[in-house]
Amino acid sequence: MSKYTYIVFVASLCLCLVHWACSRPGVQAAVHTAVSTESAKDSVIIDSVRWPESFSLGHVATEAEIQAWDIDVRPDGKGLPAGSGNFVDGQQLYAAKCAVCHGKTGKEGPNNQLVGGADVKEKTIGNYWPYSTTLFDYIRRAMPFNQPGSLSDKEVYSLTAFLLAANRIIDSTTVLNAETLPKIQMPAQKYFVPDDRRGGPEVR
Amino acid sequence: MDDKSSDKSLFSQKIKRRSLLGGAATAAVVFVQTALGKTIQKAIPASVFQSEEDPTKQLGPFPSEIGGRSAFEKPVRKPSDISSRSPLQDFYGTITPSDLHFERHHAGIPTIDPGKHKLLVHGMVEKPLVFTVADLKRFPSISRIAFLECSGNFRTGKETMTPQEICGLTSQSEWTGVKLSTLFREVGVKPGATWFLAEGSDAAVMTRSVPVKKGWDDAIIAYAQNGEALRPEQGYPIRLFLPGWEGNANVKWLRRIELSDQPYMTREETSRYTETIRDGKIRMFSFDMDARSIITFPSYPQHIEKGWLEIRGIAWSGRGKVLYVEVSTDAGKSWHKATLQEPILDKAHTAFRYLWQWKGESTEILSRVTDETGYTQPTLKQLIDARGTDMGGYHLNPVTAWVIKPDGSVVFKPEKLR
Repeated sequence: MSKYTYIVFVASLCLCLVHWACSRPGVQAAVHTAVSTESAKDSVIIDSVRWPESFSLGHVATEAEIQAWDIDVRPDGKGLPAGSGNFVDGQQLYAAKCAVCHGKTGKEGPNNQLVGGADVKEKTIGNYWPYSTTLFDYIRRAMPFNQPGSLSDKEVYSLTAFLLAANRIIDSTTVLNAETLPKIQMPAQKYFVPDDRRGGPEVR
Repeated sequence: MDDKSSDKSLFSQKIKRRSLLGGAATAAVVFVQTALGKTIQKAIPASVFQSEEDPTKQLGPFPSEIGGRSAFEKPVRKPSDISSRSPLQDFYGTITPSDLHFERHHAGIPTIDPGKHKLLVHGMVEKPLVFTVADLKRFPSISRIAFLECSGNFRTGKETMTPQEICGLTSQSEWTGVKLSTLFREVGVKPGATWFLAEGSDAAVMTRSVPVKKGWDDAIIAYAQNGEALRPEQGYPIRLFLPGWEGNANVKWLRRIELSDQPYMTREETSRYTETIRDGKIRMFSFDMDARSIITFPSYPQHIEKGWLEIRGIAWSGRGKVLYVEVSTDAGKSWHKATLQEPILDKAHTAFRYLWQWKGESTEILSRVTDETGYTQPTLKQLIDARGTDMGGYHLNPVTAWVIKPDGSVVFKPEKLR
């Protein structure tokens, strides 16, 4: 390879790299060359030109810090804890801690109706909730309303089992755990579609 | 004078805000400074409002630490158990006073010590990091004036409804904070990350999934609002702010961001902020707030008089700038372009005005906005035609009509949703 060809090769490689970097989202901030965009009115210098590689603020999160807060559960079951729960325990817990707001059978209120099928107008777990894991995640983080975060994982599994059985989605013998819960197909899942508005003039 | 004893007498009688807003005979409250420089609340005797007192013959209060509204001005939010609405009809210009910004929270307002609060950013990143509030304030900052609107912001049903009751779940502030993209850069977001979970530290530990693209585009971790720290009900000490996107996703009291390759399907984004559309389908992750406008003057319960008046209102779009606003003073038969108040900002409430000579006729006045994407605010009928008769209650932005009666009274024109 002649020196000239080599220079051309290296230069075009650099150009390719820059092009690839600039096409990545958000990477403008990481490109350390002055960029200016000319418009009819003014020219703006992007203010990240002089940014360092890192501002070196904050500290690296420890595993313990992450564990303490990372309580979310995904539809694929990622985040579900060990342990299990069942309908019978859930039924007792429900009567003691939930019925006062949601009604004796989950239908009476005064707050959100939890139980009901396609024949019910209100949005319930049975006719509207698309993912079973959402139930576990939400009860564990936010319920009971006046004692949020007070339930053990076993209690949350049991309440989830009770509510899914009350909605006739599982039978009362099903034991719920990290394996069985994500496999449950919710009746309403098939109705959900991502935002189908496309922007522009159309009313959707 | 013993400062303590006067404090005690004032604060031991719990002054109910509502009683202050009642009839003319109730006293109003002002802040006054004691001799020791402490700012306290004091009641103004009702007689002041009924008397012919000459302000040039009476010494007024001296400078104080905290200002307050004139006792003659009484704008209030309209609270329910779960939200409070901004009094749109009482506002001038486009910035919402922070104490009148609408509220919506899911388990009350947490009390958070900013010295102890932390933000954890982890998941699909090269380097998970924990930031204190002080750390966040050291990053390069950004300020942006933009609206924030709850996606469940349309009520109808009776003539006696104010703009506040119809669509008071929208407000506008100047938000200041650090761009989320700046933090993404620090942690090194992995290429496969397509969503992030935002989690609050309220009693609901509320969570929403947000596409990573929005984080790179224009999301802000806000710590200030209208020149001061966020109000507690707006997420003090930090919140997520997503310009133009439905309010619920702008998670308050933010404590954690987790990068992921899929959405989490949280309770809010599945069983709550989703809407039924045609063919039994349910729309989810409908983040953008479509263009909307409302006439705030004249509106119920105001009265107008014959002669010239300036029809006033606000218009906004979550998809860009307001291009133009049209006003009709003949029940929609003809439309005229309104004047827009500069600067017209991206994803921001924009004030419009239209001069009209009312001659005493019965009529309806309406406004409709068109944004820079070419989208024109629809009628309720257009929305129902597009989404079907089972249309859900979120993302409703219909053209709103006010009925003008010959006696000058103004009422809302409710339309049937079903």
